[in-house]
Amino acid sequence: MDTHDSGVARPVLEGPDIARVLTRIAHEIVERAKGAEDVVLLGIPTRGVFLAQRLAAKLEEIVDAVGGSGRKIPAGGPGRKIPVGSLDITMYRDDLRMHPPRALARTDIPSEGIDGRLVVLVDDVLFSGRTIRAALDALNDIGRPRAVQLAVLVDRGHRELPIRADYVGKNLPTSLRETVKVQLAEEDGRDAVLLGAKPTAPAGER
Amino acid sequence: MMRHLISAADLTRDDAVLILDTAEEMARVADRPIKKLPALRGRTVCNLFFEDSTRTRISFEAAEKRLSADVINFAAKGSSVSKGESLKDTAQTLEAMGVDAVVIRHSASGAPYRLATSGWIDAPVINAGDGTHQHPTQALLDAFTMRRRLTGPDAGLGQGLDGKRITLVGDVLHSRVARSNVDLLHTLGAEVTLVAPPTLIPVGVETWPCEVSYDLDSTLPKSDAVMMLRVQRERMNAAFFPTEREYSRRYGLDGDRMARMPGHAIVMHPGPMVRGMEITAEVADSDRCTVIEQVANGVSIRMAVLYLLLGGNEPAVTHTRPTASEEK
Amino acid sequence: MSKILIRGAQVLGGEPQDVLIDGSEIAGVGQGLSAEGADVVEADGKILLPGLVDLHTHLREPGREDSETVLTGTRAAASGGYTSVFAMANTFPVADTAGVVEQVYRLGKESGYCDVQPIGAVTVGLEGRKLAELGAMHESAAGVTVFSDDGKCVDDAVIMRRALEYVKAFGGVVAQHAQEPRLTEGAQMNEGVVSAELGLGGWPAVAEESIIARDVLLAEHVGSRVHICHLSTAGSVEIVRWAKSRGIDVTAEVTPHHLLLTDELVRSYNPVYKVNPPLRTERDVMALREALADGTIDIVATDHAPHPHEDKDCEWAAAAMGMVGLETALSVVQHTMVDTGLLTWEGVAERMSWAPARIGRAAGHGRPVSAGEPANLTLLDPAYRGSVDPAGFASRSRNTPYEGRELPGRVTHTWLRGRATLVDGKLQ
Repeated sequence: MDTHDSGVARPVLEGPDIARVLTRIAHEIVERAKGAEDVVLLGIPTRGVFLAQRLAAKLEEIVDAVGGSGRKIPAGGPGRKIPVGSLDITMYRDDLRMHPPRALARTDIPSEGIDGRLVVLVDDVLFSGRTIRAALDALNDIGRPRAVQLAVLVDRGHRELPIRADYVGKNLPTSLRETVKVQLAEEDGRDAVLLGAKPTAPAGER
Repeated sequence: MMRHLISAADLTRDDAVLILDTAEEMARVADRPIKKLPALRGRTVCNLFFEDSTRTRISFEAAEKRLSADVINFAAKGSSVSKGESLKDTAQTLEAMGVDAVVIRHSASGAPYRLATSGWIDAPVINAGDGTHQHPTQALLDAFTMRRRLTGPDAGLGQGLDGKRITLVGDVLHSRVARSNVDLLHTLGAEVTLVAPPTLIPVGVETWPCEVSYDLDSTLPKSDAVMMLRVQRERMNAAFFPTEREYSRRYGLDGDRMARMPGHAIVMHPGPMVRGMEITAEVADSDRCTVIEQVANGVSIRMAVLYLLLGGNEPAVTHTRPTASEEK
Repeated sequence: MSKILIRGAQVLGGEPQDVLIDGSEIAGVGQGLSAEGADVVEADGKILLPGLVDLHTHLREPGREDSETVLTGTRAAASGGYTSVFAMANTFPVADTAGVVEQVYRLGKESGYCDVQPIGAVTVGLEGRKLAELGAMHESAAGVTVFSDDGKCVDDAVIMRRALEYVKAFGGVVAQHAQEPRLTEGAQMNEGVVSAELGLGGWPAVAEESIIARDVLLAEHVGSRVHICHLSTAGSVEIVRWAKSRGIDVTAEVTPHHLLLTDELVRSYNPVYKVNPPLRTERDVMALREALADGTIDIVATDHAPHPHEDKDCEWAAAAMGMVGLETALSVVQHTMVDTGLLTWEGVAERMSWAPARIGRAAGHGRPVSAGEPANLTLLDPAYRGSVDPAGFASRSRNTPYEGRELPGRVTHTWLRGRATLVDGKLQ
């Protein structure tokens, strides 16, 4: 995720767009997971956690509605909660030794655990893929899911590892000179995805 | 935060809160099936213990192993190796072996400081207790225990111990735990009171950021936490107090005294306890006594300290540097 | 011996004068002395003092030649402007017999850099129980007049009383290392604010003051003179001041380091600051300076205490106590006493040459700078500024607390009975 504010950032997704793509992703999850009954959503801090919570809410709406229409009723019946948690990947990063230690974020695994379940990792931007690799390592120390899938709001390309997303809100072809910044109301006070130009880093900052 | 952890007095409030917050995340690892994190993989940490302390040593060792560090234990007991040449020679040996950090326990006050500043070794030094000087990780785990009990594990995140009234009772003169706690608790905003017979309060205490009282009974009702310090029976022979019986009558914590503490107040002890001396079995075994929690919290705190000192390419700094990385 | 003309030196800090040395004596002091047949030492802007006398030096020989020998110690003394040093008795074996003091005396004679006057132990083996053969040491070739168990206190009041009385028979003096042993068990540094923080065993001022109070009263009672080594506290000053006001025959010394350094330095846990008695507080330092200025404290003595590197390159508790001082003493005194206006150069001559020679009965030393006197002289450049570099020390040991510190003044020449031991800062 970009941490630079870019002076000339241009919104590529606005609030309603984000709501719409999250709804679509939720439907895709239900479809692919055949009802989402064993889905556990794990957001990657910080913004992935908020996206996971929003997705969970949408999934609950969908399964309730589906249940009401007389089709297959998921286990737990109407109103059941979709387990959602967070997965901090800080200590699993492959560049841990290249920076001062960072403050840790919360890893919060739902009480149901992840063994035998379908874990959907949720993040805001998919870029090099290194974060997701770290997340897979972190998952490995927590349990053994039936399967792991990945949902991202934006895929901006430039993968450095053989990793792909199962659910993508928006494919956004970018150049490496551009920045992608996701803003969410919970953290930033508004919902938006901003595309900007990378500021020239002052000497010594890197 | 500095490169080394020598004294609780060296920690800023931000440093201390960061350690406590990090420890809170570390504590959650203890609930997982695999109690292991990769943060220190490939790093070698030496536990250099010139003084017997199985409890502190295994606490550090557990913390190091949970962070995937390679651990070397070096126990140098007895007077023949407590000579200065030995510390220097040992340090240089460890340096030559490529040790990435040294956790040192020593009976001589200042030995960790000397190790960190003498040029004998380049690795970061973590003080696991030196003489009657400092025991910073003990103070951190005590503060962590207080914050969890008095504020709450999650509610406490980002918080200090502002306004909390902490009473330390016992042999302050010979206690590194007391010195470290006074420094750290003051930094975190707590109000500290030391209670002891005048013989066990050091000359020069007047500059410490705390109150001093000789009367336990009047202090107890105004305490959110009461920490009992170990009193060694040998002190009696050096005339610090007349008898064990008189000491425990005037400064020991028993059930009656505990009843005078506020309902929410906790009883702490850095261990090992001398039951019947500074604390009765009734108090030690009550659910208001956090001594077992302190042990568990010690591992979390030491994990946090090790991670923050050794996890990156340099120690965590007080001021967050702007990161230039593209991805989180 | 040849003639030497010291031209234009400020004798005792006064107006520039010429001083002519002929052989081992001063031949003349005055304006415009003839340089005919003499080597000339231009001394413009320099101060000429009587050769310094140190009543408290540890030369370590016999027994600890790894830290200092009589030869290296006297070379250090000459470098610092000294022409006479009193060698403390805590050697191995202890200088508690005529044999040991004669050995040290003979080694001093052979060195040729500085007269060495051995100090005899008060008690056998410095153990404080049985008087050493004080009379035999006095009658020996070494002619011992000063007796001390320095490093240890003569803490038994009866032994101290007897020693004070006994040495009266031959004009001796007991120099007391005032340290109440029970109050200083496990003591590592001055007891106070800093020791409380550092967790180092406290060395209370009262441990020194109680012994001094006792000993001045004993000296008064038996009508003896007593000398107090290395005063370090404001309270000790008050006691000595009171004793002198009562007419008690007490003299006292202060070390250069106690005139400059405080226990704040111990925060570094660097054992180079570990010394006995310990560094005290700023208040004590100021009281000691004032007492030295007003004469309550009679002399400056170095307590030059060499230790090998390994005895200081360790943790505080394991380190040896003591500092070298011969080569920096005059600079520290200039810095703390002269440059502060507390003492004139004549006052320095009194406290570093005349008075210590009087107390120790050092014949031929501590004399006026005038014709007919032995040519024991020290020339220093007070305008010199430089930082202390232990690598340049003549002492075998380097345990100075002043490494890298800028100190004023530098001894350029020292003459021992007319023979130059130091010329332009170089040992001869």
